[in-house]
Amino acid sequence: MGIRPILSALRRHKAGTLLIALQIGLTLAIVCNALFIIGGRIAKIERPSGLDERDLLFVSTSHAGLKADTPAGRAALAAGIQGDLTALRHLPDVQDAYETNALSLSNINWTLGLKLSPDARGGAPGAFFFADDHTLATLGLKLVAGRDFKASEIGRHSLLGTLEPPVVIITKHMADSLFPKGDALGKQVYFVGGATKPSTIIGIVQRMQTGNSQSERDSFTWNSILIPMHMLEPARYYVVRAKPGRLDAALHSVPAALYAQDPLRVIPDGTGADAGVRSFAQIRAQAYRGDIAMAQLMGVISVILLAVTAAGIVGLSSFWVGQRRKQIGVRRALGATRGDILSYFLTENLLISMGGVLLGVALVIGLNLWMVTRFEMAHLPVPYVLVGAVVLLLLGQGAVLAPALRASRVPPVEATRSV
Amino acid sequence: MFGYYFELALCSLKRNKVLTALMVLAIALGIGASMTTLTVLHVLSGDPLPDKSAKLYYPQLDPRDLSGMHPGAEPPNQVSWMDGMNLLKAGRADRQALMTGGAVAIQPAESAIDPFFEDARFTTRDFFSMFDVPFQYGHAWGKAEDDNDARLVVLSQRINDKLFGGVDSTGKTLRMGGKDFRIVGVLDSWRPTPHFYDLTTGNYSESEGVYLPLLTAIDLKFPFNGSRDCWGNGTNADMKTGLCTWMQFWVQLDTPAKASAYKQFLINYSSQQKSLGVYQREPNVRLRGLMQWLDYSKVVPSDVHLQLWLALGFLVVCLVNTVGLMLAKFLRRSGELGVRRALGASRGSVFAQLLVEAGTVGLVGGIGGLLLAVLGLWFVRMQPSDYAALAHLDLPMLAATFFLAVSATLVAGLLPAWRACVLAPAPQLKAA
Repeated sequence: MGIRPILSALRRHKAGTLLIALQIGLTLAIVCNALFIIGGRIAKIERPSGLDERDLLFVSTSHAGLKADTPAGRAALAAGIQGDLTALRHLPDVQDAYETNALSLSNINWTLGLKLSPDARGGAPGAFFFADDHTLATLGLKLVAGRDFKASEIGRHSLLGTLEPPVVIITKHMADSLFPKGDALGKQVYFVGGATKPSTIIGIVQRMQTGNSQSERDSFTWNSILIPMHMLEPARYYVVRAKPGRLDAALHSVPAALYAQDPLRVIPDGTGADAGVRSFAQIRAQAYRGDIAMAQLMGVISVILLAVTAAGIVGLSSFWVGQRRKQIGVRRALGATRGDILSYFLTENLLISMGGVLLGVALVIGLNLWMVTRFEMAHLPVPYVLVGAVVLLLLGQGAVLAPALRASRVPPVEATRSV
Repeated sequence: MFGYYFELALCSLKRNKVLTALMVLAIALGIGASMTTLTVLHVLSGDPLPDKSAKLYYPQLDPRDLSGMHPGAEPPNQVSWMDGMNLLKAGRADRQALMTGGAVAIQPAESAIDPFFEDARFTTRDFFSMFDVPFQYGHAWGKAEDDNDARLVVLSQRINDKLFGGVDSTGKTLRMGGKDFRIVGVLDSWRPTPHFYDLTTGNYSESEGVYLPLLTAIDLKFPFNGSRDCWGNGTNADMKTGLCTWMQFWVQLDTPAKASAYKQFLINYSSQQKSLGVYQREPNVRLRGLMQWLDYSKVVPSDVHLQLWLALGFLVVCLVNTVGLMLAKFLRRSGELGVRRALGASRGSVFAQLLVEAGTVGLVGGIGGLLLAVLGLWFVRMQPSDYAALAHLDLPMLAATFFLAVSATLVAGLLPAWRACVLAPAPQLKAA
């Protein structure tokens, strides 16, 4: 069965043909870009943070009355932190714990930077985390070079002010941006913000994401610095690793133990981003909630769009079948089989769909180029377009199947009727 | 005539329920998606102070050192303590306020309420008059209290409800951060959207719960909220320097002439600071109006724009779909239309009849779209983002929904109606 009779028939239905092709093209353009957005968001959500995230807890605590601006205040804070840590580390549900100012993905971010000499301009930005000799074990960070902090190296410092720790551990990403030759271990660096004493890089960890989950820039996502100091602040955080399978128990026993240490402290209630006790799973879900919502929305829009387009094809094809009942009857009377009629309508739809897909590919490319400039998105990879095109061709064939089957059941006797 | 066409339209729509339902559904989906995203954009890009925004300006200065300087660089988004105090004391604007975000620990007198932390605004007094902040009880503090470290506080309605059950609490004492403060005022409900006066604490965050005189809060070293940017030897421990920007300074300038004079004042101030050796860069100032400032700061999340464009694309597909279905529907009725033509109806009246039918579909689709938009906005409000709670349909958007639905469907009906009414009546009659 040739294509030419189909083409000449289509020429008599220009408006309908063009409308279906246009609809398929637009759908392809939107669905491809939506799928691309979904793919991008999923890739972003799934990148590993570098932490062993299971069984991790993040606890926020503050005590309004205490101040770090007198020696007595600092001594009281230091004693409080030591007491808290001893209590936490001895809990039956807890494997390890440390005190800090922030955590990966927590949306709490303290950024300074490191530079190669005290008076150098610029340097590499990096999020800094207060840490001690329990931090690597608690977080499950992978050391790729050098060593962990020793207990004797842990100092004390308030959150603000110039940081000059004698030693630091940094991420591989940060090490490579400071020392592109890969020889960062043992080198001396200086903190931005007025440091005059150097800090020696004693360890490099594979990966540790900063508190920022939404930055477009790699340096703000992967440059992390661990400083061997307890943070002397009334408002601070504890990161706790529960023993395997005891996270739920630790969610209750950890705040209880902290309140036992200091009944006047505040650990906020609640379940949202302001909650005082959060599992890492919650932190991750809150960090990427916008991306998850966007991906879901794009998914729903794509599905509804495909459904609307399929419904449109069914509607218009049914109309054409109804309009051509007599012609179909004539063809059947002249010897065409049911299969011939079926394949006529399937082929007709395939031709229109292919036209639509061609139009759609042009639209996809145009739309994507526009979104690249408008929304700083990446260029659309070819597989997305191919998958989209195949999906729409199959959708068209699927949608036309019911009307085409109805057409194939038109009896030859229809040719003799006057309508 | 219109009534008769409407009756005909209803008859015809009833005749093929599946096709009608498909068209209505397509319009409703397209309109629902578009109106949901448009409403979110409308709410997010609104004017926080429609009566005042034209007179409010946000001065920016450039006190940074030469490190990383490049031509055309924008000055920092905030001011330093030193510049803020200098501009405040100069008092060249009609009103001016220097402020920063902070947090205070509130220790309620009643033991029934546990101590809690609350977001605070540390500001000078013009904040209230400049931003037309409504007071339920009491008033703002005065000039003298701004300068002498007074222990005064203004509460938001929310905090007054929480602590004092909503009664007039002025004159009472509130303990915060271990110190006693006298309550001088209680605000009425106030939530400017966006949170324009300080975007560093969240573009759409709620208004703060308590308001304290700036100097009082700084001297008591109350915790700070927001972002700080330091350079050179500026460390974030001592904030009373010119080496860190961390404060917001707003001015009210009642006429454009005053605004241009103020800009000149900022330039002169910068030159003077440079000649004194305080500034290292050439004068680099901006004086953006409130709405310009929001635009420059890109407060509306780019995801919201992206969603709007996708929803509009979705609407276009739904409309193309409707054009196709209507074409099928109208052409199928060629026989009936041929009879009407033969009985003397002009092309125009057939055209009008078909458009009434299209409009009816649009109207019903609009109602469906409205329901879907209400549903969609409910979903948006379920989202945890800080602007989610603001997504409500207002009257203009309600009207826009119907206008968009009916006009879009009428446009979609033009081609099918025209195709149907130009058919010659005779062959149609014969075929029938």
